[in-house]
Amino acid sequence: MTYLTLSITLIFVVIPLVLSKTLNLGLERDTIIATVRSIIQLLLVGFILKFVFDSESLLYIFLMVTLMIVAATHNARNKGASIKGITWKVAITLIFVEVLTQGILIGLNITPPTAQYIISISGMVIGNSMVLSILFLNRFTSEVESHQDETELVLSLGGTPKQAIHNQLINSIKASMIPTIESQKTVGLVQLPGMMSGQIIAGADPIQAVQFQLLIMFLLLTTASVTSVMLGFLSYPTLFNQRMQLIQKS
Amino acid sequence: MTTDYKPAIHFNHVDYSINDNQILRGITGSFPEGKITTLVGPSGAGKTTLLKLCNGLLSPESGEIYIKDKQINSFEPVELRRKVGIALQSAPMVSGTVYRNLALPVELRGEKYDKKEAENLLRDVGLGEKFLDRKVTDLSGGQRQKVSIARTLVNKPEILLLDEITSSLDRTSLKEVEELITLINQKYGTTIIWITHNLQQALDIGDFTWVMMDGEVVETGESDLLRAPSNDRVKSFVQGGAQ
Repeated sequence: MTYLTLSITLIFVVIPLVLSKTLNLGLERDTIIATVRSIIQLLLVGFILKFVFDSESLLYIFLMVTLMIVAATHNARNKGASIKGITWKVAITLIFVEVLTQGILIGLNITPPTAQYIISISGMVIGNSMVLSILFLNRFTSEVESHQDETELVLSLGGTPKQAIHNQLINSIKASMIPTIESQKTVGLVQLPGMMSGQIIAGADPIQAVQFQLLIMFLLLTTASVTSVMLGFLSYPTLFNQRMQLIQKS
Repeated sequence: MTTDYKPAIHFNHVDYSINDNQILRGITGSFPEGKITTLVGPSGAGKTTLLKLCNGLLSPESGEIYIKDKQINSFEPVELRRKVGIALQSAPMVSGTVYRNLALPVELRGEKYDKKEAENLLRDVGLGEKFLDRKVTDLSGGQRQKVSIARTLVNKPEILLLDEITSSLDRTSLKEVEELITLINQKYGTTIIWITHNLQQALDIGDFTWVMMDGEVVETGESDLLRAPSNDRVKSFVQGGAQ
């Protein structure tokens, strides 16, 4: 695609702008900011990726993945601000998920250990893990708050913190995983995944594109489950003190 | 008043606060072993906090608490909470049936609770065995309170802490629960600490009474003190009736 052709696609930005203006939605400014930011960010990433792919340097691959983890951690941690040490817990979870998935993919020779594969797949894995962390933390903090009586009840009857928080933890893990599982149930019927569509548009064999998409979808299932389970089990102990008491907030 | 009796729980200059909010100030005194002590006082006096300190759900900021001469922190939290049972005011339930709630204390120990025992316990608190499979969402406020009491009794605690357990009961149920608690106290020698806003109840079933106001114990003695309190604030509280 030429830059001229690309610029014509801005028509798709003009349509929401006109609608916003006509219907007084007040979204013109945000739409323009989002468009400009996405152009700058994606072009920048494109140039950086080209440089990294050409260099095939392990150091650059490492730096790119680290940058993704730092940005994802920064984004996700705000949702769990009430949990002590949440930044490290999110970071450790993302690192573990990345090492686990890449370890399996490269270790079992499923994908080659090249910058092109490692960075592209890491982006999807870390991005998905970040969204899962946000979903989990959002649900978990509200579950803990709204079921404080139940937690206190189990403690008062001689239960351990793990027993006292069990229901809230399981509910939060399930709730955060549901969107991933549900979207996979309708994939191909309701929507074609962006990555697969991109490959097909770029001229890849559709069967090859589907095979790669299946790999990514299975990968995201592992990412979803490992992220929420690991973050859950790292987070819940910080809600209690050594005397097995729920730490009082106010 | 308590010097003639062996203390089940003893407080020594206990303070408790959350952030800058002082909830309890310099609590000193004892709950006698094998007796029923009622805690009365206006809302926000710190009565519930005092019970939670006894059960280990909270720890004092300063001062010491002794359970039968042993420092409270020398007990493992799980052991302490089975020994000193508490029925919470809100009667929280885990979702599911009445049986699931009654079995909870036993299942927390990794054991299975016999249905026959659960049925007997339900009869003891004035609910028939037909309630065993009923969902807790279908229970009235009073029925929830009775299930909550029964569930606390499953652990067979040596000390029983009751936080306004009869507040939502009708007159008949209230009498049944009062009789049950008195029976447990007499039959097993269980020490009972009972928060109530019902001063008549405190007079009828309590051996001793603590009157608490603004985080302090302002008067203690045999329950009859409520008929003729010596402290002016207590006098005005008693004359105004419980709130």
